[in-house]
Amino acid sequence: MWLEIVIWQPLRVVTPPNEKDQALEKLPLMSLAILDFEKSVTELERKIQELKRLANKQSQSGEKTEEGAAKGDSLPDDMGEEIARLEDKVAKQLKSLYANLSPWQKAQVARHPDRPHFLAYVEALCEDFQPLSGDRAFHDDQAIIGGLARFRGERVMVIGQEKGHDMATRVKHNFGMARPEGYRKAIRLMALADRFNLPILTFVDTSGAYPGVGAEERGQAEAIARSIEKCLDVSVPIIATVIGEGGSGGAIAIAAANQVLMLEHAIYSVISPEGCASILWRDGSHASDAANALKLTAQDLKGLKVIDEIVAEPLGGAHRDPQAVVQALSDALYVALQAEMSRDGDGLKRQRRQKFLGMGRNLGVAA
Amino acid sequence: MSWLTDYVRPRIPGFSAKKKEVPDDLWTSCPSCQQMIYAPLLSETHRCCPHCEHHMRMPMLERFALLFDDGQFERIDIPSVAADPLKFKDLKRYGDRLKDAQTKTGEKDSLGAAHGLMGGREVVVAIMNFAFMGGSMGMAMGETFVKAAEKAIEAKAPFIIFTASGGARMQEGILSLMQMPRTTVALQMVKEAGLPYLVVLTDPTTGGVSASFAMLGDLTLAEPGAQIGFAGKRVIKQTTGEDLPDGFQTAEFLQERGIIDVVVARKDMKDKLVQLLSLLLGDALLELPSPEEVPGERLPDVAAEEGSQDATSDDAATEAKDA
Repeated sequence: MWLEIVIWQPLRVVTPPNEKDQALEKLPLMSLAILDFEKSVTELERKIQELKRLANKQSQSGEKTEEGAAKGDSLPDDMGEEIARLEDKVAKQLKSLYANLSPWQKAQVARHPDRPHFLAYVEALCEDFQPLSGDRAFHDDQAIIGGLARFRGERVMVIGQEKGHDMATRVKHNFGMARPEGYRKAIRLMALADRFNLPILTFVDTSGAYPGVGAEERGQAEAIARSIEKCLDVSVPIIATVIGEGGSGGAIAIAAANQVLMLEHAIYSVISPEGCASILWRDGSHASDAANALKLTAQDLKGLKVIDEIVAEPLGGAHRDPQAVVQALSDALYVALQAEMSRDGDGLKRQRRQKFLGMGRNLGVAA
Repeated sequence: MSWLTDYVRPRIPGFSAKKKEVPDDLWTSCPSCQQMIYAPLLSETHRCCPHCEHHMRMPMLERFALLFDDGQFERIDIPSVAADPLKFKDLKRYGDRLKDAQTKTGEKDSLGAAHGLMGGREVVVAIMNFAFMGGSMGMAMGETFVKAAEKAIEAKAPFIIFTASGGARMQEGILSLMQMPRTTVALQMVKEAGLPYLVVLTDPTTGGVSASFAMLGDLTLAEPGAQIGFAGKRVIKQTTGEDLPDGFQTAEFLQERGIIDVVVARKDMKDKLVQLLSLLLGDALLELPSPEEVPGERLPDVAAEEGSQDATSDDAATEAKDA
């Protein structure tokens, strides 16, 4: 019991890798941040990694190492078999865990620090990416990045919210929380795309627009409103994908699109579960209840016809196999883009407006 | 028992009970300057403090009456929408909260719309009712907004909205967020029909409402002292630890920073709107082509309208382009 506490307490938060872990970095599944509900899986994963390391050492030295001998009791002769058995167990556990994630657990997966973020997707999905800076009025907001690129040979404009992947980049990108300049940059790039007939791919991953004094002084509300207006006004296809967290007005500002895709474990909501809990339950600790009530999962939103497609994530979430999720998203984006590019400019505009005007009308009317 | 106890004493509790009623009904204190105000006076001053001119929140129907000529207007029906689509329950069922608000206010939801004459010109006015669940934006509000916009297009009338809202209605989840693009589509249709869309921001206008249709007016007016912003003051303080400057998020603060056009006192509001519409559109009533004739097309500007009374809409459009 005591041991468990010692081992698991530090794992509740993002733990810095120790030297041993660093040596194992090349191995897959080495997650630095461990979600509470994944502990049992993580334990198995660590065992597998330890076994692999030992197997590696053994094959190098040709005999049992000192360390291996110390653990001799639990170390099977045929480690390959044991590793396979454990891997199978991990896969089974992950499958049942991820098939039954609660909305609150999904929120945690969607915010997982190791989850691929916007720039990682752009790099993997696109070629020739040329970022374009600034709103031409005040600043270059790093929370919203955008630029010209090629996606499967097609010239496109990509725009997305970047959260950053370590402390330095998180600060640089303001944790994905854009200020008015960010939305004004997005507006500028959408206008540019419209002028050169470039389809727009947006990637949503933000906890929300930044709530700050300067942001308010420079018209945060107006910037978001104009960004929504611009989305609804352009004559080129817009495909939005919620890749992580779709936080309220900050998200819809770049997601009023012809098609809205959503990764399997992403969330999209009018307010964060914590925020909702602190207002309606008057207690932030009811975040799990709020997450249930808000219907913020991709599956719920598809049911409400607010999103169009769910893009499947690899077993155990996008952070366990970024390459697989990139491939799935690439295919889904390609299909969506092909469909929308068959419409002309007026048709695209009309489709977008009808789509949003129709939302909620299909849910049945109160007596 | 003397005549004194018999006669006077019973009167005392009666007298004091009556006296207790008086402050409740007849006297109120100004939330800004704390001075006592004789309540009946407030309807004369349109709910502005006679001492410091602080603009208190105004009931929706009073505002309609203040704006339309002779207080005459026709309400636009509020369309029915799916009630409680998420079956939302926090400490209380959303369905119950909704019913309570309906009973309390006598309204179906937080946005009311009406049309009628203002300064002799047909206008459509929508007013948000802060008394109804904090003026929160849900499907009913979005649908009413769309209906009012359609009425404006049909009647070729300017569309004016008075905002007052804490933001999205959480109990409708993502569907409340979707009212941001929905209302934007509706106001784009008004603008594309060549009609003015005017916004009057009143206290308070925040959150999803401020970040959509409230900030997309051709002209943006505000009442003095109204709190207007995206994020709440408490959230900003908690998140950033920054000190908020004096007058932060007030109408005057926003005007100074170039975010809104003009701050107008409530008593002058109707005259100002009439004046602005007349400056935008001229004194004559608009002669515009019906929306069916020009789906999604930009319409000729107002200057080109003059002298083209007999011309068809297409001719007018051509003239405008040639000019």
